[in-house]
Amino acid sequence: MALENIVVSTDGAVGLIQLNRPKVLNALSGALMIELGDAVEAMDKDASIRCIVIHGSERAFSAGADIDQMKTATPVSMIENNWINRNFDRLRHVTKPIIAAVSGYCLGGGCELAMSCDIILASETAQFGQPEISIGIIPGAGGTQRLPRAIGKSRAMELVLTGKFIGAREAEARGLVSRVAPVELYLEEAKTLAREIASKPPVAVRFAKEAINKVYELPLTEGLDYESRLFHVLFSTEDQKEGMAAFVEKRKPEWKGK
Amino acid sequence: MAYQTILYDKSDGVVTITLNRPDKSNAFDDVLIADMIDALKQVERDADARAVVITGVGKNFCAGQDLGPMLERYQSPEGVSFGAHLRKSYNVIIARVRALEKPVIAAINGAAAGAGLGLTCACDLRYASEAAKFRMAFIGIALAPDSATSFLLPRLIGLGRATEMAFTNDLIDAPTALQYGLVNRVFAPEDLLPKTHELATRLAQSPTKSIGLTKRAFNRSFSVDLETALENEANLQEIAGHTADHIEGVQAFIDKRAPQFKGK
Repeated sequence: MALENIVVSTDGAVGLIQLNRPKVLNALSGALMIELGDAVEAMDKDASIRCIVIHGSERAFSAGADIDQMKTATPVSMIENNWINRNFDRLRHVTKPIIAAVSGYCLGGGCELAMSCDIILASETAQFGQPEISIGIIPGAGGTQRLPRAIGKSRAMELVLTGKFIGAREAEARGLVSRVAPVELYLEEAKTLAREIASKPPVAVRFAKEAINKVYELPLTEGLDYESRLFHVLFSTEDQKEGMAAFVEKRKPEWKGK
Repeated sequence: MAYQTILYDKSDGVVTITLNRPDKSNAFDDVLIADMIDALKQVERDADARAVVITGVGKNFCAGQDLGPMLERYQSPEGVSFGAHLRKSYNVIIARVRALEKPVIAAINGAAAGAGLGLTCACDLRYASEAAKFRMAFIGIALAPDSATSFLLPRLIGLGRATEMAFTNDLIDAPTALQYGLVNRVFAPEDLLPKTHELATRLAQSPTKSIGLTKRAFNRSFSVDLETALENEANLQEIAGHTADHIEGVQAFIDKRAPQFKGK
């Protein structure tokens, strides 16, 4: 089926997904979320892809969920359709790293989408916020859970309770984004970062992502034990043997993904 | 938008914004503030506008905040929030002038005080008439500095001189301003606008993107360490190096001819 809301392409081992509803600043509709969920799952299965970049336009990563689609919704219809969380959950189960390359508005569902990714790289013009309070609701796709984990409770409370935005520099200072680049370069920087990650041994990359994500789920001792199990299992891979042999022989390793 | 308190003119890629409230020394009231913000937005959006001149009608450049309407508001039951006023007026104007990635020249025809002084400081270059004079003004009415005068003035003329201007509220004449480095050049009153437009026209022919990136780098230089500034330069050079004007500049250098920059 032809994609209407996103543009999917590949750049070597990097899978690129552009949110593509420019007229509505990439508002997240049910149709867009389904296309996005399908695309990330397909890329997760595709062995030739090793890292995924999700981006919007310079003007907007995404200004939020499609309000028009929700204005007459009822609790029952929201539960039955559940187009927001059903598709956000699909993203959560992707095992390959996902980078959100964010420029311009990154608000509401857009901010929640970016926070569902593993790394956020921002342009200098990026603005983050959860303005749901201003339309009589609260963030519904992880905003109240992920934002405090990223920037701390007090500032997250302030943003969620007032609907105010923060700029790229503050987002960087508070650890919401990994890095800020000029607007002309942010997408290329995200691709460069994705290529670098894609050049690493893929099983180790998956385990590293999985282990770091467990930080938010487990007490420290269980997290440390979990890390140990994954660490030990990696010694069964060909890439571990290759990586260490190459290091000792002072040559570049050749990864097999096994 | 039809402007009530400024004149907006564009010719040869140069936009001239003239503050036009001569009976009020071109002081900022709410209308002038709104006109200024809108004019700056218009310049920003207009790709053919490649240099900006800001000047004033009559004897003054700009006397700062128009205190008349403020006094009425002090006496009104709802009172005044100075912070809220600044956040939607001068803070916006100053930030927009600094963020505008085009050369902005102040042609200072007469007195510049308070927010008027702040506006000249926010411009990239300052050309002054011999009749120009400068005053901080805030202390004179028992206020604190605003319009980025606390930020830009010490950077332009040094902390000692800025403190002296702020504490004493003394009027600085054009020769002193030149000696301080507060203005780049001083001209006879009748030469000010022709000389400013000569420079603006020249800058409108220059590689606008390079000028914009230079301004972006200088803006950030105030708040970062050397390593960050070097990394920032590497980023900006990556952008500049991929402009059509850069290729034209190198080609013209090799061909031993004057480059024809398009601002792209």
